[in-house]
Amino acid sequence: MTDTASLIKIRDVHFSRGSKLIFDGINMDIHRGKVTAIMGPSGTGKTTLLKLIGGQLVPSAGSIEVDGQNIHQLKHKQLYQLRKRMGMLFQSGALLTDITVFDNVAFPLREHTNLSESMIRHLVLMKLQAVGLRGARDLMPAELSGGMARRVALARAIALDPMMIMYDEPFTGQDPISLGVLVQLIKQLNDALGLSSIVVSHDVKETCLIADYVYLVSGGKVVEHGSPEQLTNSDSQWSQQFMKGMADGPVPFHYEAKDYVEDLLGLQS
Amino acid sequence: MFDIFQRLGASTLGILERLGRGATFLINILISLPTVLVRPRLLITQMFSIGVLSFSLIVISGLFVGMVLALQGFYTLSDFGAEGMLGVMVAASLVRELGPVVTGLLFAGRAGSALTAEIGLMKATEQLSGMEMMAVDPVARIITPRFLAGLISMPLLATLFTSVGVLGGYFIGVGLLGIDEGGYWSQMQSKIDFHQDIMNGLIKSVVFGWVVTWIAVFEGYDAIPTSEGVSRATTRTVVHSAFAILLLDFILTALMFGDV
Repeated sequence: MTDTASLIKIRDVHFSRGSKLIFDGINMDIHRGKVTAIMGPSGTGKTTLLKLIGGQLVPSAGSIEVDGQNIHQLKHKQLYQLRKRMGMLFQSGALLTDITVFDNVAFPLREHTNLSESMIRHLVLMKLQAVGLRGARDLMPAELSGGMARRVALARAIALDPMMIMYDEPFTGQDPISLGVLVQLIKQLNDALGLSSIVVSHDVKETCLIADYVYLVSGGKVVEHGSPEQLTNSDSQWSQQFMKGMADGPVPFHYEAKDYVEDLLGLQS
Repeated sequence: MFDIFQRLGASTLGILERLGRGATFLINILISLPTVLVRPRLLITQMFSIGVLSFSLIVISGLFVGMVLALQGFYTLSDFGAEGMLGVMVAASLVRELGPVVTGLLFAGRAGSALTAEIGLMKATEQLSGMEMMAVDPVARIITPRFLAGLISMPLLATLFTSVGVLGGYFIGVGLLGIDEGGYWSQMQSKIDFHQDIMNGLIKSVVFGWVVTWIAVFEGYDAIPTSEGVSRATTRTVVHSAFAILLLDFILTALMFGDV
């Protein structure tokens, strides 16, 4: 792929939380029209990366370009203009709990457009139809299951017809039916609406079903990248361990601790 | 020994940092005030939940405070044969002090804590983050309408508290203890000064409303986004608001009535 095909360019990004280093110079290219997966062990900073791309966090070094604009050099107004073209699906759905499903999906339209209520109604029903929840328009978020909440959040994320959507752990905690629906929805919406999608996940099987390109992140670095087939067939220990879910490999199963026997016997190291 | 100084320094810096963040937050609120003024519906909704829903608490509290004031005042004043001054005593106490202060404390407990919990939970459930990503400024959309609603509601509630308190004093003084009805009202009318008493009491309630709502929205917005974090923030709102009200009341009283 040529460089102009990159919607997002992440270059040498460093980021720390307090004394903990999260990213130690990562580089990525997110291509237009593709589903790009960012996978890695829990706690490796995948959600943080989405917040960096969205400009909610600022890296200590490096740059992130979204559609040709360095997101961390934008002024408040410019950043908000750009965000209108970026959708994000949070792990929790992040629906506004005091308004109905309909009003949640209508929220960005009412905030950012001067469309009439009848036009908003049409658009909201179309978006809800796309995620199969037109009939749930009058429900409150508390009345939805986890899978339904994520689908409503997805309808809200596409309300303004964005150029890209970031999915934060979309498959976590879903029953098999919801999981299947979500996997298909992400792919269908990406292709039908001509979006670019970034899926952050550690659900290897589901993510590989829809991803065009995968980045494996661990220890603050991109350790592998390629198509799902390339990673599955890779000889790299990282790929082997993560793609096949093995306990032994470069990513330790145990959190750093002193010697087990010494710990049990209460010996001072 | 040095450890104590180190901890003292760290906690002082922490307090200063929070004060700085709070001040910056307040500036952001004030900057986004025009967005609320052009969307009055946001303000009206919040005035309902902050002001109208506090109505019964304020009315009942005001009534009982007025009644107790009348009872206590009557027994003290009757020692000097000055029962006729009961109306003045009740009204002056309520207008100058108890109205703004007790309403402020009740407001912090009822509306302040609710504001912090609501905003804190919105943060914990990523609703504020979600708004940011939808290019909607959460300060302008969520915080500022609540701040303005608190600022407007507090003086109205304090006025209500004072009015109902005066009526409570009337029920006890005139209805139960047999004070002359005309004396109760006429003494009040002649001794309570509009500028010196009523306006100063009103200024106090505006200041308390400002401070309590600022503390409440800041604590919610700054809360650690966990259940424990929100719980601690809610507690801090009530405690800090109470301290702020009592301290500011002393300062304002000294400034307003110091030369009387």
